[in-house]
Amino acid sequence: MAELTRDDVAHLAGLARIDLSDAELDRMVGELGVILESVAVVQQSPIEGVEPMSHPMPIVNVTRPDVVRPSLGADAALSGAPESDQQRFSVPRILDED
Amino acid sequence: MSATTTDATLAWDDVLAAFDPVLGLEVHVELGTNTKMFCGCATEFGAEPNTQVCPVCLGLPGALPVVNEVAVESAIRIGLALNCEIAQWCRFARKNYFYPDMPKNFQTSQYDEPIAFEGFLDVELDDGSTFRVEIERAHMEEDTGKSLHVGGSTGRIHGATHSLVDYNRAGIPLIEIVTKPLRGAGERAPEVARAYVATLRDLLKALDVSDVKMEQGSMRCDVNLSLMPKGTTTLGTRTETKNVNSLRSVERAVRYEMCRHGAILKDGGSILQETRHWHEDTGITTSGRVKSDADDYRYFPEPDLVPVAPTRETVESLRATLPEPPAQRRKRLQSDWGFSDLEMRDVLNAGLVDLIGETVEAGATPAGARKWWSGDIARRANAEGSTDVASYAAERSITPAHVVELEGLVTSGRLNDSMARQVWEGVLDGEGSPTAVADARGLELVQDDGALEAAVDEVIAANPDVAQKVRDGKVQAAGALIGQVMKAMKGQADAGKAREIILAKLTS
Repeated sequence: MAELTRDDVAHLAGLARIDLSDAELDRMVGELGVILESVAVVQQSPIEGVEPMSHPMPIVNVTRPDVVRPSLGADAALSGAPESDQQRFSVPRILDED
Repeated sequence: MSATTTDATLAWDDVLAAFDPVLGLEVHVELGTNTKMFCGCATEFGAEPNTQVCPVCLGLPGALPVVNEVAVESAIRIGLALNCEIAQWCRFARKNYFYPDMPKNFQTSQYDEPIAFEGFLDVELDDGSTFRVEIERAHMEEDTGKSLHVGGSTGRIHGATHSLVDYNRAGIPLIEIVTKPLRGAGERAPEVARAYVATLRDLLKALDVSDVKMEQGSMRCDVNLSLMPKGTTTLGTRTETKNVNSLRSVERAVRYEMCRHGAILKDGGSILQETRHWHEDTGITTSGRVKSDADDYRYFPEPDLVPVAPTRETVESLRATLPEPPAQRRKRLQSDWGFSDLEMRDVLNAGLVDLIGETVEAGATPAGARKWWSGDIARRANAEGSTDVASYAAERSITPAHVVELEGLVTSGRLNDSMARQVWEGVLDGEGSPTAVADARGLELVQDDGALEAAVDEVIAANPDVAQKVRDGKVQAAGALIGQVMKAMKGQADAGKAREIILAKLTS
């Protein structure tokens, strides 16, 4: 399996909005590398003829009828928000990287 | 020269002389279900902020999404109406990105396994020809929340200090319908784009799966466009113009981007792959977001939802619920009603097909139904600033029964056309039914043939020259005499009968 590079880790950190210092990046390359290496063992499994699985149970078509159920209410919905204003979730400005 | 986003444009004819356009249209449709895609929250438009939210659509830990069965049925019906294959088995996927319009930090969508794929929609153009739009896929996903940007100028995203988010819309079922790259439209590309969106809108309306109100955002269109130098076959770099939300804008946006791309390419430049924002007021697009690292969505199968695997029986029973395709219905009605192409087009453009259909069903002749709805009633609606005759009529409780009643008054000989017009005035002023208005205004043709004959004699005597012309065989000269007779009768006579009497007296 291809080696995890420092660039890969920096890219992933960027996507996940995690600010890593150079020292942290160096450390994560090593730590994530060890984790990937450990998990890589499963790639030795004989999988020929085995369909990829995305769900542990062989069931399909679990649906619900289109019937309205009570919502939380705005107070409860906003109770976990660090900040709110005008009955809306207040979030830091978007596009700060522009 | 590097990729550029200049606003210069090339003249339309020069663009067509040098390039072939390639179009791609992505349409998002909000389904009209009672509840959201994965939870039981209501979907009512215009509710107070954050009153239609729950742990599922807010992405709270431990919440379990469950698919709305009507949304799946609607998706399959849309796929079938677009002549698509319906997947035997497909899954949802997580599209991961950080943006506060989705509180989960991912949008539940479909990725490489859409519910419907490989279809087409035949689109009729203004000249009566048909353009086949190939459909790549139609897939299920969920809408995002609505952000209000605070602190910037005029509520725009740039310069905002923070954003306020309402998640009522987050999780409303969306179907995204994606065309294949459409080549060969040439100069008709803008028209094809508009006609496709219009045809799709009519189809979705007939399916009764969405209210398809572009102005309210329940149907939204993204326009992908690129140009190929004539004689080449390699696709050029495309731009994606987002949220073009009226039929006219779709047409204008395609034309504008063709001219803008043309200017860049003609200068030897290359197109920057980016999203563009459409500006309705100025008719131009401006640079939006450039494709970047952040577009690495890391799709993976949604583990909280089980696959959707519609049985073939289900698919066939849904196929049986499809309405007659709107284009076919129009052809059938035109032939049933005996309208000319022009008459039918006018009726369609005025949005009167359903009203005329109901009126004919209620007992009017097709010609009469068309005449009154697209004549007096439409004129009055337009004069009062309404472009939607149907809702104008509904607001004033004008029904097909009124038209039937009025037509009856004319065919029974009680009213002539000009009296009928006066009756409409009264009906539209809220004075009551046609009969009531005719009674109240004392409108009734003089049925006394004696009075009419006397008036004819007087007019002939007063106009010997004209009368002589008619005697000499110039029958059209009788028109002047008829006019005078009608005047003498204060309009309360049957002009047809007046003509009969005049001709009988002068030509036999």
